Amino acid sequence: MSESSTMPADTDVEDSSKRDFIFLATGATAAAGVAAVGWPLVAQMGKAADTLAAGSIEIDLTKIAQGQQLKMLWRGKPVFVRHRTAAEIEKAAAADPADLKDPQTDEERLTPDTSGNLRPEFLVMVGVCTHFGCVPVGEAGEFDGWYCPCHASHYDTSGRIRKGPAPKNMAIPPYSFVTDSVIKVG
Amino acid sequence: MSGPSTYEPKYAAAKWMDQRLPIIRMGADFMTFPSPRNLNYWYTFGGILALCLVVQIISGVILAMHYVADVDKAFASVQRIRRDVPFGWLLQSMHAVGASMFFLAVYMHMFRGLYYGSYKAPREVIWILGCAIYLVMMATAFLGYTLPWGQMSFWGATVITGFFSAVPIVGESLQQWLLGGYAVDNATLQRFFALHYLLPFVIAALVGLHVWALHHVGQNNPIGISEKTKEDTLAFHPFYTVKDAFAIAVFLVIFAIFLFYLPDALGHADNYIEADAMKTPPHIVPEWYFLPFYAILRAVPDKLAGILLMIGAIAVLFVLPWLDTHKVRSMRFRPVARWFFLIFIVMCFILGWCGAGTPDNVAIKLGSKMVDGVKVDSGITFYRLSQISTIYYFAYFLIILPVLGLIEKPIKRPDSITKAVLGDGKRGAALAPAE
Repeated sequence: MSESSTMPADTDVEDSSKRDFIFLATGATAAAGVAAVGWPLVAQMGKAADTLAAGSIEIDLTKIAQGQQLKMLWRGKPVFVRHRTAAEIEKAAAADPADLKDPQTDEERLTPDTSGNLRPEFLVMVGVCTHFGCVPVGEAGEFDGWYCPCHASHYDTSGRIRKGPAPKNMAIPPYSFVTDSVIKVG
Repeated sequence: MSGPSTYEPKYAAAKWMDQRLPIIRMGADFMTFPSPRNLNYWYTFGGILALCLVVQIISGVILAMHYVADVDKAFASVQRIRRDVPFGWLLQSMHAVGASMFFLAVYMHMFRGLYYGSYKAPREVIWILGCAIYLVMMATAFLGYTLPWGQMSFWGATVITGFFSAVPIVGESLQQWLLGGYAVDNATLQRFFALHYLLPFVIAALVGLHVWALHHVGQNNPIGISEKTKEDTLAFHPFYTVKDAFAIAVFLVIFAIFLFYLPDALGHADNYIEADAMKTPPHIVPEWYFLPFYAILRAVPDKLAGILLMIGAIAVLFVLPWLDTHKVRSMRFRPVARWFFLIFIVMCFILGWCGAGTPDNVAIKLGSKMVDGVKVDSGITFYRLSQISTIYYFAYFLIILPVLGLIEKPIKRPDSITKAVLGDGKRGAALAPAE
């Protein structure tokens, strides 16, 4: 500052630290201000309280016959509850996890009921293809599980990705058994 | 190229204004702008595109007065516009068909630029601004397609926003932040509407910069040789205003044919079914103008790689001025490059065709084979074909043009624009040059 020839001479004698203070204080306030205004602008885009609150549904398993699938809307997405046949369970258990794109055993995809037993006949998962979010069609595809019509992803009878562009198995939502025949998703 | 202003205010009021805000001068300079005298009809798409933007903004603002951005009402409100609002059928169709016409014109404009080397120095910034306009156009078109809240709207939005979920680690949070929920829902529709209303004005601002840069360095022309003398130029008005007006008239006839006779030809029947989060249509396809990129997306069996390729297909356009290093702008004088360019255009169409097809289906039948006792076609599938054309698409920009820049020998070029137009002055009368 003091080197600038355009400055009036008398400014040289003034305390230049005063200018530094103004510069730094204004800069710091501006930075804090941008952050303070910027964060709400970013955060408003996220999930609103009512969206977060509309979180859980209860499903009565007795209404689903063997070989049937129930489709319920949960958080804007379909949840599949499939009452699997013995053949389907057998097929799902037979697959070697090491051969899978997203290795997971069938048992790892189940949640124990109130008495701590696994119930392999009920498969609960988010019915959304992990590729681009389409809803796969049931009892279809090369592995007799689900088939996504959008970009040809094939899932097996445990909802695990076996062939096609999807990177992951269909997600298991957080759920628990309220009684032995009712589950709560979310 | 713009040179000093030649505007002289004729009236006292005009003079008064000129001293305060020289806006009349700006308009006058625009009309007398010296343009190369050899511009052909490929150079009329700039004017056509300006008109397209105006048509979309006017029809869009009117539609916004009748549209309701609410998941329970959006679909019905669009149907109400089409059935009950006076001339709503016309305005809604004009906006929907207009989007297709806009893309038709922008692709012609871009191919023109690619062929005549309009991206080369000193026009790199014009080209980059043009790429930015194209990018914002794509965003605007995608957001707008969601608004009627049909099945294709909903599932198109789900698939496209799903791209963001491919981002490592933060993908899912990022996607839900963009959607404002766990899935495409009311919050998504409302923000898409707000942004769809905003972005056209961003485009208008970018167009302003695009034209400003164009008037600063001057237009390119079919032979790619810079203007050297006044004889090489003509005033924008009346020479090119008339040429543009004629081209616009032809363009509007094509627009009208679609608007009045084939309003749904470019759309998808599934969008007449209201959005249903529980049911995906059997065959999701984007609008025709996104099909080539959709084919590139599906050309690899990996989610993230597919998205990166698709982004790369657009990103590569931005750096084109530094990939094509050949000194000669116009491909008229590049005997090798012009053939590769022709193949490039064919490949773009093939990509579009692949984007519309089902990946596992046979595109080019070469014979038939027996599978489980059933005779089926065999040959090149859409999947394979999209891989071939995707490779060519990238090779054109990343290998062919850079290599040709080093080795291609151009054929003889004329000395000047005037000589190219009039030969050695033996045919045709010289037109009045621009003042």
